[in-house]
Amino acid sequence: MQILIKGARVLDPGSMDEKKDVLIDGEQIAAILDPSDALPSDSVPSGAMPEHTGDMQVIDAAGLVLVPGLMDIHVHLREPGHEYKETIASGLAAAAKGGFTAVCAMPNTMPVNDNAQVTTFILEKARLAKGAKVYPVGAVSKGSAGSNLAEIQDMQQAGIKAVTDDGLPVVNAQLMRRALEYCNGLSIPVFVHAEELSLVNSGAMNEGPAATFWGIKGIPNAAETVMVARDILLSQLTGAHVHFCHISCKESIAAIRSAKQQGIRVTCETAPHYFTLIDEDVKDYDTNFKMNPPLRSNEDREAVIQGLADGTIDAIASDHAPHSKEEKDLEFDQAAFGIVGLETSLPLSLQLVHGGALTLEELIRKMAKNPAQILGINNDIIPGNRADLTLIDLNQKTIIDPALFVSKSRNTPFAGMVVQGRAVCTMVDGKIVFNALTD
Amino acid sequence: MRFTKKDILDIHSLDPEEISFILDTAMGMKEISQRPVKKVPTLRGKTIVLFFQEPSTRTKLSFEIAAKRLSADSVAIAKAGSSMAKGETLIDTVKNLESMRPDVIVMRHSSSGAAVQVARRVDCSVINAGDGIHAHPSQALLDMMSVRENKGRIKGLKLAMIGDIANSRVARSNIIGFSKMGARVSVCAPQTMIPAGIAALGCTVAPTMEACVADADVIMMLRIQKERQDDVLFPSEREYAGRFGLNKARLALAKKDVTVMHPGPMNRGVEIASDVADADCSMILDQVTNGVALRMALYYLVAGGSRHADTD
Repeated sequence: MQILIKGARVLDPGSMDEKKDVLIDGEQIAAILDPSDALPSDSVPSGAMPEHTGDMQVIDAAGLVLVPGLMDIHVHLREPGHEYKETIASGLAAAAKGGFTAVCAMPNTMPVNDNAQVTTFILEKARLAKGAKVYPVGAVSKGSAGSNLAEIQDMQQAGIKAVTDDGLPVVNAQLMRRALEYCNGLSIPVFVHAEELSLVNSGAMNEGPAATFWGIKGIPNAAETVMVARDILLSQLTGAHVHFCHISCKESIAAIRSAKQQGIRVTCETAPHYFTLIDEDVKDYDTNFKMNPPLRSNEDREAVIQGLADGTIDAIASDHAPHSKEEKDLEFDQAAFGIVGLETSLPLSLQLVHGGALTLEELIRKMAKNPAQILGINNDIIPGNRADLTLIDLNQKTIIDPALFVSKSRNTPFAGMVVQGRAVCTMVDGKIVFNALTD
Repeated sequence: MRFTKKDILDIHSLDPEEISFILDTAMGMKEISQRPVKKVPTLRGKTIVLFFQEPSTRTKLSFEIAAKRLSADSVAIAKAGSSMAKGETLIDTVKNLESMRPDVIVMRHSSSGAAVQVARRVDCSVINAGDGIHAHPSQALLDMMSVRENKGRIKGLKLAMIGDIANSRVARSNIIGFSKMGARVSVCAPQTMIPAGIAALGCTVAPTMEACVADADVIMMLRIQKERQDDVLFPSEREYAGRFGLNKARLALAKKDVTVMHPGPMNRGVEIASDVADADCSMILDQVTNGVALRMALYYLVAGGSRHADTD
């Protein structure tokens, strides 16, 4: 089976941004052709290009942008254990619909992904699903309980690309040091959920005037930055690669910027809600605005955008955290933290491009190239690479409607928002896993 | 004026005219409690559910007596005896209550916003009797009623409020209410008890207790919540009383005709010295008396008053 993507603007940050035809053969990118070029003679008969020749499918991609497959490196797929929120199949379908060809699955499932058996189970389920690929992330500690290291090498051989105790911080600094040293030898990054729990102190939204007004206990920025600072120092001490998850505030960004300037091996991600919403948007105890870290002040939101623009923030990841209606339709302080993000991440991020904060090339770096680099994966658009590709329509306007989500959960604060641009076709290993072009 | 609010959820959502109208109505209700037969038929046939999920003596009793004086039928349920103790969600419990067709649900809940969340899901009126650290509108209204009765006005007065502002729904509602009615509100506490951005609610933060009470027309002391000691808000009651307790010496810094208030329950010897609590300038028991009249007014306005004038 061959696929020819005709007439797209092919944007591979750092190497290509021009109108090309891309030929896919089987699971791989076979050739990148000038639109006028004839196809290699063994691919198609000579002469005019028919719509279908043999088993070649032609996609007319004029006016669209073809980019390396987007990767969301922070996703909670919930399976095994919490299939009522999301399954691997539903989560990967949601990812494909959002334009993602791969996601990192966080290990805080039940049981925790702290051993090769669970890793294998996730990969097997993903193989049977029609959607994005999954790169499992294993736990740092057994049961993510924060006391003993999990069997990280065993999990790595089974397929994990990173480790984290996400959902929880690694409270014990010595355990974190050992994890960093151990992972450095395996050349995999440690993803850090930076949260000092004693400063969170059962808070449920950002500490500040809005929390004071609503009478919700506040979470200060320092609850995040204290841990960011600690783990920058531990990265410096060990030389290991630390990747900070869901960075939300200006102090953390300043600390990471300074660490990078000193050559310390740190990377970080933020999520679309941190550059789209602020704590003042939390209204009338709508628990769809409750996530951890919380929506911060406008100053923090601006710092996040600045951090994206100047390269301090390497990646955009959604922290897709599906929860059932029952877990959200509660008193604000008792409702679960987290929102879904796979199906809104790209459209929300494209608003940064439309608003002039980022170029499209910069955005694609943060949603495709840098995430791949953090995991040690090459997703360049070059012949011979696996055909993980995303086609984007930059202009199509949509209204975010949770009823249309393919995720099993609907917990989003973005319902009703008008956004411009979306993924229209997602291809994984040469197979089309999402296609809105024929709609 | 025509009072059109379905619910009384917080002070923020009431405008100054509505607050004045509630206080006027409450003054009219006050006389009923002074009669030999303390009952009028105004809300006969109305059902009021008192749904309290946090311990309460004075507020619950006050709402209950207020209902009886207006001839409404009131029923009280508590969390321990309710299906919430069996794991039912708040919304399910309240939807069940609603199915029994009450006219008003009075609710107290430990989570901020609970009454707001309930009110948008039920058709009957909801009166918030305290939600977490968010709001306690009937307390703030009875405090405003007491001050207006005592001083003849609220506008232009200086209100000094001392205590755990961060964890007090009474403080939030009173700061918003008194500033909305034209008073100057000054608050004071150790910084551990001053929440971020409190000034945005309409107050200033005084650097010392002395500065806070200086020239005050009204001093409102808040209860030090002993159950919050695990949050390390202050080292000891002894040290707190020394820095922030209201004693005669500090009282002397205020205006000569200063009035002292406390929403109760008091910790004598901690936030307020006994001789101050019992002094002539103390309005603490008047607050309780006015509480009944104020709550009668709230019932009347949401369940029987001008909102229903067309159908009565």
